[in-house]
Amino acid sequence: MEQPDTSAVREIYWRENRRWMLILGVIWFTVSLGCGVLWVEPLNQIQIGGFKLGFWFAQQGAIYTFIVLIFVYAGVMARLEKRLGLEETEV
Amino acid sequence: MTLTETTYWIVGASFLLYILIAIRSRADTTQEFYVAGKGIHPVANGMATAADWMSAASFISMAGLIGLSYNGYGGSVFLMGWTGGYVILAMLIAPYLRKYGKFTVPEFIGDRYYSDAARVVAVICLIICSVTYVIGQMKGIGVAFSRFLETDYETGLFSGMVIVFFYAVLGGMKGITYTQIAQFCVLIFAYTVPAIFISLQLTGQPIPQLGLGSTLADGSYLLEKLDRTLLDLGFQEYTTSVRGSTLNMAAFTASLMIGTAGLPHVIIRFFTVPTVRAARTSAGWALVFIAILYTTAPAVAAMARLNIIQTLEPQPGQHLAIEERPTWFKNWEQTGLLGIEDKNADGRIQYSADPEQNELVTLDNDILVLANPEIANLPNWVIALVAAGGLAAALSTAAGLLLAISSAVSHDLLKRTLMPDISERQELMASRLAMAAAVLGAGYLGLNPPGFAAGTVALAFGLAAASLFPALFLGIFSKRVSREGAIAGMLAGIGVTLAYVFQHKGLMFMPGTSFLGDLPPNWFFGIEPNAFGVVGAAVNFAVTLTVTRLTPSPPESVQQLVDDIRVPAVSR
Repeated sequence: MEQPDTSAVREIYWRENRRWMLILGVIWFTVSLGCGVLWVEPLNQIQIGGFKLGFWFAQQGAIYTFIVLIFVYAGVMARLEKRLGLEETEV
Repeated sequence: MTLTETTYWIVGASFLLYILIAIRSRADTTQEFYVAGKGIHPVANGMATAADWMSAASFISMAGLIGLSYNGYGGSVFLMGWTGGYVILAMLIAPYLRKYGKFTVPEFIGDRYYSDAARVVAVICLIICSVTYVIGQMKGIGVAFSRFLETDYETGLFSGMVIVFFYAVLGGMKGITYTQIAQFCVLIFAYTVPAIFISLQLTGQPIPQLGLGSTLADGSYLLEKLDRTLLDLGFQEYTTSVRGSTLNMAAFTASLMIGTAGLPHVIIRFFTVPTVRAARTSAGWALVFIAILYTTAPAVAAMARLNIIQTLEPQPGQHLAIEERPTWFKNWEQTGLLGIEDKNADGRIQYSADPEQNELVTLDNDILVLANPEIANLPNWVIALVAAGGLAAALSTAAGLLLAISSAVSHDLLKRTLMPDISERQELMASRLAMAAAVLGAGYLGLNPPGFAAGTVALAFGLAAASLFPALFLGIFSKRVSREGAIAGMLAGIGVTLAYVFQHKGLMFMPGTSFLGDLPPNWFFGIEPNAFGVVGAAVNFAVTLTVTRLTPSPPESVQQLVDDIRVPAVSR
């Protein structure tokens, strides 16, 4: 169902967008600068297989999480645009 | 067939492929030349972005940087920094610039800040970032040729220039995009095949990412063994050795992340996809393709380091006799990347962290990737593949950078600032000429690398982080930021970063002109010059916001532009 493209709808879109950026940005910070750098020592006390956990986050885990974050963001934004009728028409 | 012959065949075949693609994808309009007609599928663009992004440094040097210079954990700054930037790019930059829908990064800055001065400042920042970066790629091409094909450096560089010239001048962004897709396939295959073999040999696990956490033949974990071995040799533990301080690691990582999101040659790749939605998913795919290499690299780093140590000291206390060193060792000694000196004259090689006792006097970072297939006794075609992969990485990045430079000159300086009346055909011709000039200029700099070439990649990231990123971010997320604020901020950001790098590394990197010395005690809160971009960015933000408060708001039309780029749908 298409809704009128009023400034109110655009307002909602922008608010939701910023909310998701904040949520995903916090996770982004936590897995990289958090788990990979700031809290690496306590996390290294935990051993999973041959990996110290902090080291694993810094050299593997953070990168995998980044990929998930981008696709989650792309997914929620596409759904939001559909819901608010703000999709662009493909040329 | 000898190794050199095999290498000629494989590298020759890859070059032929790039040329065939170039002939099929000739650009006929400026839109095709600058942004490939905006018709690239997001997955294809992701692949091209990955090839564009992963340079000779990523392919050849990064594993060695992690495994040797940064001794393991310290090297994580590159892994997180050069991938984490894509999250910022996907959320904060790429979708909005795609919606803006024009050709270049300075163009957006000029329009958003309603000022030719802002556009010109952005062009200058872009050219400094990209030129410093492209010198490294040209050097990489020359080195790869001279090492693998036994040509001299100049011949190698010249062959590389001819190839890039051909497809970049003819096809512009369109030709570059399709060749980059082919180059990605070559480089990722070349990187992962030796890694899979070395992981199988050491741990029995074919996936290197898992092999890194697996056990060796003697039942101990690979990383534990490496930690112990390095401690015995007097190094720090591999999995915990911090680079500088925690603050320095955080600043370094953040600088690379922000720099990634501000580098124009990466940003313009997102102008080539059809929609805003495609720009977001494309960033995701780019990171998937980049992550294949970036999660393999730490495994290569740890495994090759362990392999080298075990070659030199098979059992504790039992050092390798100089006479008995393997063939690959002798081969790489000839290139100057490996070097030994029998200091205690016992006819054996002692590898140690103590410079007094260490007899492996030269151990170049690049050796880790370059010699990897030989250390693992892999067949000649795998070694030849590594040569083709290194060249693909260098060529694809060089082409992307050259396009960013030439489009800034022909579109932003010529069409938008100096000669607004030229026709589409004339602009297309101008962009081809600018591209040709950029290739020749880069070739010249590759032949006569200025003394500062080594330190410049850090400068490229620092500058992008300190100048372009804040201007782009604030341009999208604030309607209030004014022309005066943005210009002052960009200049302050560049100024502070340059001043910091120069005062520690020398003016224009000339030795002897650094007035504070490149010594940790003089570093600002222990932050090394390479990691200073984040401080430059903070200065930029602070100056921009302060000056904005003192100057009038942007005109109504600019506020409408910002409203418009924030939402994918065309406003009615």
